[in-house]
Amino acid sequence: MIEAVGVVKRFGPRTILRGIDLKVETGETLVIIGGSGCGKSTFLKCVIGLHAPSAGRVVVDGLDVTKLRTESEIADYRRRFGYLFQEGALFDSMTVADNITFGLKYLTDVPKAEYRKIASDSLALVGLKDVEDFKPSELSGGMKKRVALARAIAARPEYILYDEPTTGLDPIMSDVINDLILDLQKQLKVTAIVVTHDMKSAYKVGTRIAMFHEGRALMTGTPEEFRTTDNPFVRQFVDGLSQGPIKMKLKDFEADEAHAAPPAKGAR
Amino acid sequence: MTDALLGGFGRWVLDLSEDMGQFVLLVRSTVQWMWRAPIEWRQTLIQMGRIGVDSLPVTAMTMFFTGMVLALQSGATSKHFFNTPLFVGTVVAFSIVMELGPVLTAVVVAGRAGASIAAELGTMKVTEQIDALYTLGTDPIRYLVIPRLLAFLFVLPLLTVISDFTGILGGFFVSRVKYAIPATVYWHDIVDNMEVKHFVHGYLKTYIFAFLVSMISCYRGVTTRGGAEGVGKSTTRAVVESMVLILVIDYFATALLNALGIT
Repeated sequence: MIEAVGVVKRFGPRTILRGIDLKVETGETLVIIGGSGCGKSTFLKCVIGLHAPSAGRVVVDGLDVTKLRTESEIADYRRRFGYLFQEGALFDSMTVADNITFGLKYLTDVPKAEYRKIASDSLALVGLKDVEDFKPSELSGGMKKRVALARAIAARPEYILYDEPTTGLDPIMSDVINDLILDLQKQLKVTAIVVTHDMKSAYKVGTRIAMFHEGRALMTGTPEEFRTTDNPFVRQFVDGLSQGPIKMKLKDFEADEAHAAPPAKGAR
Repeated sequence: MTDALLGGFGRWVLDLSEDMGQFVLLVRSTVQWMWRAPIEWRQTLIQMGRIGVDSLPVTAMTMFFTGMVLALQSGATSKHFFNTPLFVGTVVAFSIVMELGPVLTAVVVAGRAGASIAAELGTMKVTEQIDALYTLGTDPIRYLVIPRLLAFLFVLPLLTVISDFTGILGGFFVSRVKYAIPATVYWHDIVDNMEVKHFVHGYLKTYIFAFLVSMISCYRGVTTRGGAEGVGKSTTRAVVESMVLILVIDYFATALLNALGIT
């Protein structure tokens, strides 16, 4: 179980997360939705320990990520997670097989002789074969994403964190990735957090959905609750409307008007 | 106007302080990781090939021509005063072994390998490959920085020794062809006047340069922000800072070595 309690994250003067309280039960897939810059990816990075929360804590199966000190504690924590990066983040100097098995050396005691088989098995799970010796630059966008997913599951994690898994893919490939997420859920019995702004994907893969807005969890509920809610913020996002309580910056002067406060002297 | 100037200066001082602080933190973490986890020897060997073997032709050629021009100039000068080229071998060897060999080799390698390190690590940073290393159970300092630092420490002194040799050979070529100085005279000029400590003087400095160039290049790489523009900026800064610091530190290192009697 992943539990976030009052997670705050600041980067210099900017506060990205303003106190996130969220629980992800074992076996479920929680989808986090929200506009660009609302802190979804930052939250995911706080969960895996890439960012240290400025305040609050993230506890996974009783382990507090902010209190991990020794290398073995950190390795023990990271071993539980697979992380799918938005652009895949494949190491372009390595082959597909080397990419997939990269983490095994650091996260597991699997003998090197088995690496090739694990690479093929992981590729099979994401529906690819015979691409072990390709370089990432030789793959299409969808294949890269699948290889990145194969790398995330190679060490058989208990949790998978997906950072915008369908972004940049065509609608069919997006649905293929959605099916893969569901498939892995069934086959590997993992707990997952999926960060996305693709509502189709959110409804399809999510057991529950949480919507972030301005660094806070605005609403948490089942996909059905999201379909029927009359919360104007959620409705606007879910229906993809430009008009509503969430103001997006279309033009500078419109953004100024959107903020009700009168502009300060000298403000542009 | 004054406010803007002072504000700009203040920001520059703050940025510089932050940069220096982060650089020192990176150096500290690098030293800590060296003891904390096994060294990635395979990566170190790969980097030794990239930094050393790949740089060898360009450093050798640079030093060969430097030796040639030194011989040409010193021969012409002594010919002007004494009507015969005197001590060409001594001038060439002293200049190259104590100063030009270590400094020019470090500058050329900073331009070639330092830039490539900053660009590679910078691209890895902006494409989240460095974050991916964390999630796959290793630390970027252990996997990326330490192998590059060690490779530089192993390879730059070796490159400098080869540079010294090719530089002296370049000088020999000109003294033989242009001034018809007999080979024995050229080599005796060197062997009779030089001592091992002169070589040690230049050799020790290469370790300082190796440390500086590798750490600055890695630092600029792993702190890259933004996309392609950020990578370009990091690469430029890595090269410019390395080159300037090589020359600045060279002065202080020479002063220190002189004070220690290694001169």
